Amino acid sequence: MTAPMVRISGLTKSYGGRPVLRGIDLDVAAGSVMCIIGPSGSGKSTLLSCINHLERFDSGRIWVGGELVGYREAHGRLYELPERPVARTRQRIGMVFQQFNLFPHMTALQNIIEAPIRVKRISPAQARQAAMQLLDRVGLAAKHAMYPMQLSGGEQQRVAIARALAMEPQLMLFDEPTSALDPELVGDVLDVMLGLARSGMTMIVVTHELAFAREVGDELVFMDDGLIVERGNPRSVLSEPREQRTRDFLSRVL
Amino acid sequence: MTGEQVVPLKHHWTWVASAAAVCVAGIVLYSVSTNQAFQWPVVARYMLDSEILAGLARTLELTVAAMAIGLVLGTVLALMRLSSNLLLSTLSWLYIWFFRSVPVLVQLIFWYNFGALYPAITLRAPFGSVLYHASMNAVITPLTAALAGLGLAQAAYTAEVIRAGIQSVPLGQTRAAKALGMLPGTIFFRIVFPQAMRVIIPPVGNEVISMVKNTSLVSVIALAELLYTAQLIYARTYQTIPLLIVASLWYLIVVSFLSVGQHFLERHYRQRT
Repeated sequence: MTAPMVRISGLTKSYGGRPVLRGIDLDVAAGSVMCIIGPSGSGKSTLLSCINHLERFDSGRIWVGGELVGYREAHGRLYELPERPVARTRQRIGMVFQQFNLFPHMTALQNIIEAPIRVKRISPAQARQAAMQLLDRVGLAAKHAMYPMQLSGGEQQRVAIARALAMEPQLMLFDEPTSALDPELVGDVLDVMLGLARSGMTMIVVTHELAFAREVGDELVFMDDGLIVERGNPRSVLSEPREQRTRDFLSRVL
Repeated sequence: MTGEQVVPLKHHWTWVASAAAVCVAGIVLYSVSTNQAFQWPVVARYMLDSEILAGLARTLELTVAAMAIGLVLGTVLALMRLSSNLLLSTLSWLYIWFFRSVPVLVQLIFWYNFGALYPAITLRAPFGSVLYHASMNAVITPLTAALAGLGLAQAAYTAEVIRAGIQSVPLGQTRAAKALGMLPGTIFFRIVFPQAMRVIIPPVGNEVISMVKNTSLVSVIALAELLYTAQLIYARTYQTIPLLIVASLWYLIVVSFLSVGQHFLERHYRQRT
């Protein structure tokens, strides 16, 4: 068996004394799609933010592609890394947010080419060409000159996915990507994510879309109160949950 | 009931008030144009006088230079104020508190007399030779005193405007930029600052307009900007009122142009939001 793309071990974090993550152990195989479900406040979004070090944690380790994220280990201790190496790690990890977080002062195209030009030092012409291909892939090539405010929520989220893909990441993190969308716009975004999963991208998706988790996910994780309560094949977890807490949650959302 | 018409309410008193206002304006205009003491021909003669124009140029230079100092130093102060480092943010708070509390006029006189506090300035390599030595009176000319007085005070005001602008940018913008692997400098200059500008530009435009007028304070330290130039001339010719009118007309003209520019700037930054 090959090494996992993401390995998380003994992860804990608390906000002002209140524990948010209480010992998470998780492996995500390369090329697989892991969906994380759970009630709000269960720590699933915080877990996602720890993977690309947008949030610090109190103890534990996270490896992405075999490399420790955010820290350097020496003499049995963790030393926090400065911005530059952390930023280098983040380049390999794409992230898509619930609120899209597109840059409002830039067009769709400019949003996508900004990081490749400024961070990867790719020539603007080359970046534009790659960005147009990505916009085509998410079905928005015609809207490349639009500003985020001129796009619907679903279109903004698809531009945000293209922006993350432009850095050619090994891993994509999705933080409730469809939760802020009107119901009729959810499908287009999920279609793009489905295409991405089929292309072999490793994905971790925090979501409330149980149908997506069942159809696309290779593995489903149910989190509650900062712990992984249950994990397994999405179909079996959703249809025959072993734990009482999973059953309670599913009965509330289904 | 078609064809029925609504009779609007009549605002009789509005008409009375308007008539009274027109009368007052007419009286003022008549008095201003007929009172010989205004000496309008003298005003006309001095409007394009070379000394006056040189003073005007100095006023504009001071405005630009003091605003530049204010913006650069103000940005640094705003970043210090927002820093998580308690020492930096406290120092910035103290600076803003001090320079906003002491009147600019007092600050200007203070800087002009700085030589009384520190008669000489010496830069020395650590335990080594003297790199630079000058008497303070040679360093603090009326120009440097004016720039220090106006620029340092402006920085305190601008810092608060810039801080509010930076804080108006949602945290999600920084998170998204970090997630793309951008470094803090790139995030500030490419993502946060351009968005903060939308909030910063309109009040800074107002500050520029205020600065044009505040430069007249510099006349107390004998720097030949527009007002002091007019004062120098009427000290010779005793034509006090016409020369004050010349200065006032120039301030009016400059501020009017800037107000038009301000209007377009605000409109530009309102778009796309």
